[in-house]
Amino acid sequence: MIEVDVRGFSCPIPVVRTKKSIEGNPDQPITVLVETAVSKENVSRLAQSRSYSVQVEEVAGEEYRVLLNPPEK
Amino acid sequence: MPLISHPNLIVGIESAEDAGVYKLREDLAIVQTLDFFTPIVDDPYTFGQVAAANSLSDVYAMGGKPIVAMNIICFPINKMDISILQEILKGGLDKMREAEVILVGGHSVEDDELKYGLSVTGTIHPDKVLTNKGARAGDKLILTKPLGTGIINTALKGELADEDSVAKSIECMSSLNKKAAELMTEVEVHACTDVTGFGLLGHACEMIEGEDVGMVIYSSRVPILPGTENYAKMGLVPGGTIRNRDFRLFMIERAAGITDEKLLILFDAQTSGGLLISAPGPQAPVLIERLHQRGIRDAAIIGDVVEKPKGKIVIVNEE
Repeated sequence: MIEVDVRGFSCPIPVVRTKKSIEGNPDQPITVLVETAVSKENVSRLAQSRSYSVQVEEVAGEEYRVLLNPPEK
Repeated sequence: MPLISHPNLIVGIESAEDAGVYKLREDLAIVQTLDFFTPIVDDPYTFGQVAAANSLSDVYAMGGKPIVAMNIICFPINKMDISILQEILKGGLDKMREAEVILVGGHSVEDDELKYGLSVTGTIHPDKVLTNKGARAGDKLILTKPLGTGIINTALKGELADEDSVAKSIECMSSLNKKAAELMTEVEVHACTDVTGFGLLGHACEMIEGEDVGMVIYSSRVPILPGTENYAKMGLVPGGTIRNRDFRLFMIERAAGITDEKLLILFDAQTSGGLLISAPGPQAPVLIERLHQRGIRDAAIIGDVVEKPKGKIVIVNEE
C-alpha cells in the first residue's frame, strides 16, 4: 500500500505530493494522511478530478486518512 | 474593547470597515487606513506594487481620494539582501506615483518574516462616505476586477500555475482601484466595499448582514481569471477560501448546476481585489459603460439586490 504522509504541511503541499504519487503510481490505491479539514477536502477534490473513488476515515481530531482508489478499467 | 464615539467620527472601529473617517469641517473629512502583509509573489518590485495598490484600495472603496502615505516595513536584515527591500520600496513608490499619492515617511523594524504595506491618509466629503452598508432592493451589483488570485497564488506556490494565469493575476492585483472609484463617485451609488480576504461572497454577506435585503448573483457573469477553475478542481484552494465558505454557507442558497468549485471561486480570498459596488438599477449600465471606456474591461454587472430572501445570497448560473 502506498502511503503519503503530509501531516504538518499546509496547502498546496499535500495536493502537490498526492499528485506526484498518483502520477508515479498509476492504477494503484494510495493512502494520504492529512491533519486539517482543508487538506482533506483539497486532496479529495484532486483525486475525484481524476475519477478516483475517495474514502475518508477520521483518525483523531482533525487528522484524517484519505483512501484513494483508482478508477476501474 | 470599549467602543469609541465622538461627534466628528463618521466611521469608527465598530463598523468593521477597513478605514476610519473623521470629520474635520462640514465639507471635509479624513480617511485613515493601514494594511501590510507577507509576500504573495516572488518578485520584490511586483510585491511592492501589489502591497501598495492593496493598501490604497481601502480609501478608494469608501469613495475617498488618497493624499499621503507612509511605508510600513518588517525586514529580516540578517537573512536577506538589502537590495530586495530597495526593490519592494521602488515598486511601492511607483504605485504611489501612479495614484498621485505622496510618500511622506515610514517606519521599519527587524523581523523574521518580510512584510510590507502602507498607512494611507485620504480626503472625502463627509456626506459622500460610502460603506459596505446601504444596498437597496433594485440595485445592481458591479464587480470591477476578476476573481481567482488566491487560487492562482496557491497553484503558483505548488509550481503548477501556467504563465498566462500568473501574469493576469499579477496584473489584476497590482492595478489600482483609482479609476473605478473616481467613476463610481460621479454617479449615484448606495454601497461599496473592496473584495479582499473574505472573497466576493464573504464581502457580499457583510453588505447584507443585518439589512433588509438579500442578493442574487449570476455566476456566469462573474469575471474569473484564466485557469482558476482548473486549479480549483485540482484541489489548489487556499485554506482561507475554504474557511470563508464554511463561515458563510448558512447565508448561501445555490441553484442546481453551481458546482462546488464554482462556489469556492466565489469565496476565493483575494489580494488587492476589485470594488463591489451596489448602484441603482438605472445607474449601473452607465457606470459599466464608463468603466469599460476607461480600460476597466473586466468590470461586470454580476447580480441584483433583492427584497427577498432577506439576509441570503442566491447563486444562480444565468439571469
